[in-house]
Amino acid sequence: MVHEIRVKVNGEWVEAAVPSHKRLLDFLREDLDLIGAKEGCGGGECGACTVLVNGEPINACLVLAVEADGQEILTVEGLAREDGLDPIQEAFIENAALQCGYCIPGMVMSAKALLLRNPQPARDEVVEAIAGNLCRCTGYARVVDAIMQAAAAGQASKSRGGE
Amino acid sequence: MAGESYIGACVVRKDALEKVTGAARYAGDLKFARMLHAKLLRSKCAHARLVRVDTSKAEMLPGVKAVVTGRDFPHRMGLYLVDRTPYAVDKVRYYGEPIAGVAAVSPEIAEEALQLIEVEYEELPPVLDLMEAVKPGAPLVHPELHEYEHVPAIFPVPCTNISNHFKIRKGDVEKGFAEADLVVEDTYYCPHIQHSPLETHAAIALYDREGKLTVWASSQSPFAMRKILSHSLKWPMDRIRVIGPYVGGGFGGKAGLNVEATLVPLAIKARNYPIKLVCTREEEFRDTFVRQGMQCRLKTGVKRNGRITAQEFEMYWDGGAYTEYGVNVTRAAGYSSAGVYDIPNMKTDSYCVYTNKPVGGPLRGFGHGENHWAIEQHMDQIAHKLGMDPVEFRMINLQREGSTNATGQVLHNVGIGKCLEEAARLIGWTRVTRPGKVEPGTKKVRAKGIACMTKAPAMPNDAASSAIVKLNDDGTVLLNISAQELGQGAFTVLAQICAEELGVRYEDIRIHPVDTDHGAYEWQTVASRITYSTGRAVMEAARDAKRQLIDHASRYFGVRPEDVDVLAGEVFVKDDPEKRVPVSKLALGATLPDFSGYGGPVVGRGKFIPEGIVAMDAETGQSPKPVANWTYGAQAVEIELDLETGKVEVKKVAAVYDAGRVINPATAAAQVEGGVVQGLSIGLFEEMRFDERGRL
Repeated sequence: MVHEIRVKVNGEWVEAAVPSHKRLLDFLREDLDLIGAKEGCGGGECGACTVLVNGEPINACLVLAVEADGQEILTVEGLAREDGLDPIQEAFIENAALQCGYCIPGMVMSAKALLLRNPQPARDEVVEAIAGNLCRCTGYARVVDAIMQAAAAGQASKSRGGE
Repeated sequence: MAGESYIGACVVRKDALEKVTGAARYAGDLKFARMLHAKLLRSKCAHARLVRVDTSKAEMLPGVKAVVTGRDFPHRMGLYLVDRTPYAVDKVRYYGEPIAGVAAVSPEIAEEALQLIEVEYEELPPVLDLMEAVKPGAPLVHPELHEYEHVPAIFPVPCTNISNHFKIRKGDVEKGFAEADLVVEDTYYCPHIQHSPLETHAAIALYDREGKLTVWASSQSPFAMRKILSHSLKWPMDRIRVIGPYVGGGFGGKAGLNVEATLVPLAIKARNYPIKLVCTREEEFRDTFVRQGMQCRLKTGVKRNGRITAQEFEMYWDGGAYTEYGVNVTRAAGYSSAGVYDIPNMKTDSYCVYTNKPVGGPLRGFGHGENHWAIEQHMDQIAHKLGMDPVEFRMINLQREGSTNATGQVLHNVGIGKCLEEAARLIGWTRVTRPGKVEPGTKKVRAKGIACMTKAPAMPNDAASSAIVKLNDDGTVLLNISAQELGQGAFTVLAQICAEELGVRYEDIRIHPVDTDHGAYEWQTVASRITYSTGRAVMEAARDAKRQLIDHASRYFGVRPEDVDVLAGEVFVKDDPEKRVPVSKLALGATLPDFSGYGGPVVGRGKFIPEGIVAMDAETGQSPKPVANWTYGAQAVEIELDLETGKVEVKKVAAVYDAGRVINPATAAAQVEGGVVQGLSIGLFEEMRFDERGRL
């Protein structure tokens, strides 16, 4: 069975017809060519497919596209703004907090969700927030450093009257 | 960065921007018109004769474009030992082996087609116990072993399950044990594990109307893949092209030829359709290379004063159903079987053994992690028996200037002593002769441990690299190399070397994904070899390009070549700073004062082969230079063990490596950090277990 859905993806409304069983991850990757979210396990274990639905991080491999009807989705492709990268992306670059990069879009989106709800997290809160994002390369330390730095940069920009 | 060196600088990774924005493309992200999707039917028996494989119903399913079985494509393939077919031919050798492949217009139809394939098995006794497999009369996994092609460095034992027997015979072990005051003997075991890259294996194959096969693959080895395919298909290499986008983690598991082989017969059958295969996580665990398990016996003779007199080391490797790559793991473990110690008398036997288990292959530092697991525990045991401190005991026996290793090679510039000292200092090592004490009021023990390592790249003696440095009109640079960016930072450090040697800005250098049709040759991105091997080729190519620029400049300015230099994208006369032009002005040649042209587009060329590596003797494993180089390191940890639950908490790790000249301190440190965490996980948590039917 095919369903008509209307989803706001990275700030733009998209209308599509999707079969009942189509996963949100496949809708994003195959129908919209948003290949930033990756499939690492297909079972909600690795977090490589993390995207935000209404600001909350979810595993796009565990959600059906029809469930996203009427919702607002943010993928890694929608994170950078006209005037440059998101501070999280900048911090990942500066800290060399990436290697093969396959987990990074999901990792960055989990960090985004954290900083949206908790702009000044403690280090253990950062660790907790990325507990569902597996990485086999980096050993995580630089990833946590990067998210802490992004949080600090966000605060600094606020106190200067930014955002 | 004028005036500063790019060598030793923490420049921004070349791949960083693409990777944080989600723009980086991996094999599974590629999409083509008319693309089909492949699925594989896998064996439900560990060892069985295939009585009947009936694909007729699957072939009739609408949307199915091709179905293949082993009989359609009985070509054997392999890097070191040619023992493996993409699909089982008449016999399956592990639970999970591909029996048939389907290419269909959607993954769902391909999956449905698999259900329609009928397979009739006649079960054979599975060979699952490693030590039973080497006994005389054990069922043979490969009765045809004696017919298989292999490289000269591999020694299969016909009519057994032993696909390689590597030997070290150094000095006189009997005499060495007779001289010892104490002989310590024990057995050790390393389980099978899986590399578990976040990106599962993915590939797309297209056999086009012109008869050319193009493979896009998540691979550490595009050129080696082309070589294996060409050898096996008996096709000239210009009919095979391998393209390698970013690899989402390899750790050895994406070296050589892997699941890509299953696409080849499908592509030949469904001509002119690109066919994509993406492994599920379950397939990734079992059906791509795994690290083979290892059981060993280690016996060491030692004097009261702590000096080791002799070592006998017997390693049995659970190679699995096919050991085309695994044989080389057992060879590496053999030639490095002394670890970091100077042992005058040695006898090592390293056996690669066929079993009905998943296919063993290379995993990060292969052979070395496993044999050091045994050696370093053994060293602690000996130290405790002698009542010596483990660091002190190691210090007595370390290789140093003029020592010999297992292969009899005389060693120079041995860095292990300093590494061990520094690791001990960083962890706060104090003399230990007894096990740790229970913390008062708790059930927990704090303890420190230390271990040494050495590693040498296990590769053919002629594993080569090359590089091309091509200048664009505007002075930007295309660095054409075929090292693969696996996350280790290859593109970054190679661009740093190029920028430094050529005298251009790092930001102006571009590196493209690997393409065997258009890229400079590279053996494989394995064996910790890219920075020094490809790096040397890049250095030579950049110098060659710079010579051409200087030649243009010397005519342009009317000065001698030795008076000209290139730095930060500018070409200038050293004694006359007014005379300077951007590289772009001379990149395609020079326009002389009379408006005539000179020179031509700058293209630099460089190559590298590690010269002087001599094959090890077949009987003794001895060689004056058996490998390209030895890397040394030491690691120390502090842990807290809960005596009630057995839980180990790692409090601190100190990792010290003699890394030579570091090109990028940030990526180098990141490699060690990631390696430490992966190592902790492998050491403390990971194991693949198989049941009595050989099922993972």
